[in-house]
Amino acid sequence: MMLFVLAVALWAALFALNLWLARPGAPSWAGVAVPILFGVALLVLWEATVRGFNVPRILLPAPSSIVATIFSSLPILFADFMQTVVKGALTGYLMGCSAALGVAILVDQVSFLRRGLLPIGNFVAALPIIGLAPILVMWFGFDWQSKAAVVVVMVFFPMLVNTVEGLMDTDKMQRDLIRTYGSSYWQGLIKLRFPAALPFIFNGLKIASTLALIGAIVAEFFGSPIMGMGFRISTAVGQLNLELVWSEILVAALVGTGSYGLLSLVEKRLTFWHPSQRGSS
Amino acid sequence: MTNSTAISARDICLTFQTNDGPVHALKDVSLDIAPGEFVSFIGPSGCGKTTFLRVIADLEKPTSGSITVNGQDPETARKSRAYGYVFQHAGLFPWRSIAQNIKLPLEIMGYSKEEQEERSQAVLKLVDLEGFGGKFPWQLSGGMQQRASIARALSFDADILLMDEPFGALDEIVRDHLNEQLLALWRRTQKTIGFVTHSIPEAVYLSTKIVVMSPRPGRITDVIDSTLPAERPLEIRDTPEFIALSHRVRQGLRGGHDDLEL
Repeated sequence: MMLFVLAVALWAALFALNLWLARPGAPSWAGVAVPILFGVALLVLWEATVRGFNVPRILLPAPSSIVATIFSSLPILFADFMQTVVKGALTGYLMGCSAALGVAILVDQVSFLRRGLLPIGNFVAALPIIGLAPILVMWFGFDWQSKAAVVVVMVFFPMLVNTVEGLMDTDKMQRDLIRTYGSSYWQGLIKLRFPAALPFIFNGLKIASTLALIGAIVAEFFGSPIMGMGFRISTAVGQLNLELVWSEILVAALVGTGSYGLLSLVEKRLTFWHPSQRGSS
Repeated sequence: MTNSTAISARDICLTFQTNDGPVHALKDVSLDIAPGEFVSFIGPSGCGKTTFLRVIADLEKPTSGSITVNGQDPETARKSRAYGYVFQHAGLFPWRSIAQNIKLPLEIMGYSKEEQEERSQAVLKLVDLEGFGGKFPWQLSGGMQQRASIARALSFDADILLMDEPFGALDEIVRDHLNEQLLALWRRTQKTIGFVTHSIPEAVYLSTKIVVMSPRPGRITDVIDSTLPAERPLEIRDTPEFIALSHRVRQGLRGGHDDLEL
């Protein structure tokens, strides 16, 4: 009990410090410090609660034991990361997104495709992944290929819809201007419409990066070799090894945040000219 | 090119099919523009002045009639880059710096890197924007952006410059200044200029020939050859000659409206 009271006291102290840091006119490093302090306070509270009240580790393991598990099972976590993130999610993401880009250019040229394919796209995008994953596992086998296939299906249409929309996001005057230069279709695409579509494309890429991770992990629930993050989560729960489950969740969260952050960084570089980016620099 | 007209239009008609029925944007428009002339098109909205400019530029196809630009049909002329077009808004690409914007037509037309650099520097100087090549469009004022768009249209040195209300969105002080600069530029380059406006002083101040148009259907009601000298300080707008010309343009515009009411 004493532990818990101490933790609450520490949490309150950090909370006060954060309030002070977040005041108007705070130095710039406060922007980084506030979320870190907030996270530390939460971890301390978590640790103290679990220890102080003797919460069973099956319900909620202490952060310290999760960290211990992470360090003792680094090889497993790394193998799962390679299997699920690199082979499954990343392969599927690259294939799905580049295919969507290519098809978007095709759709852009053939109006019949725009009217025919996009409604089907919306339909496929609405299919529940839980239903689709077992079928794709049957088709492509237990290994990462089926996971990549699930990811392709999940990322393809959001990416396609965003890109097609982006390619149409030029005004008539800009298209007329390019026309007065006697430019070809491809010149117009490269010089005008593709750059104009970039904010939309990055929107699609960011949505797809989140979907890819979910898809690759969930697809493993329906059959996989004896590794992978989804496989580990489902079997570790069965073995009541909740520390390992939490470790995998942490890895997934880091990967998700990292890839989203990386994409945002590249986006900022390439679309610095867009009003939404101009304001924040 | 040995032909004596830069632009020659005969009986141009253009009808847009809309949901509310056909709209006669142009009816029986005939006009000859000689090389080196500065021609203004003036009239109320809907008189077809912009549409006529777009027909010259091959951005619209006439329903009937014939037109030649530099002795060629408009499509061939467009593809051989016979004209530069300045739109109502500068329309600079925000992801390109001013210099890169000016190089855009040059890139499309396949000029070498050195020539792109050389020409963009030259036209930036021409429109008084030296030193602004590295800026991005949103960092410039509206007047500077429009000057950059004129530089872009000048960069590939076409004989004809088509301008669709280029100064319409700017305040009067900036407008006066740009009008002066445009006249100086025209005298120096000897280009043929087609200029759409709905400002009478602007049309009279700039032009060697003023084409007055009226709406429904869009047609030419008067063609006025300017009697003003080639050298035109801004003060010329207070001379009796200038006022007389303005008066005639105003009469022409009113005449078009009277027809409407009959």
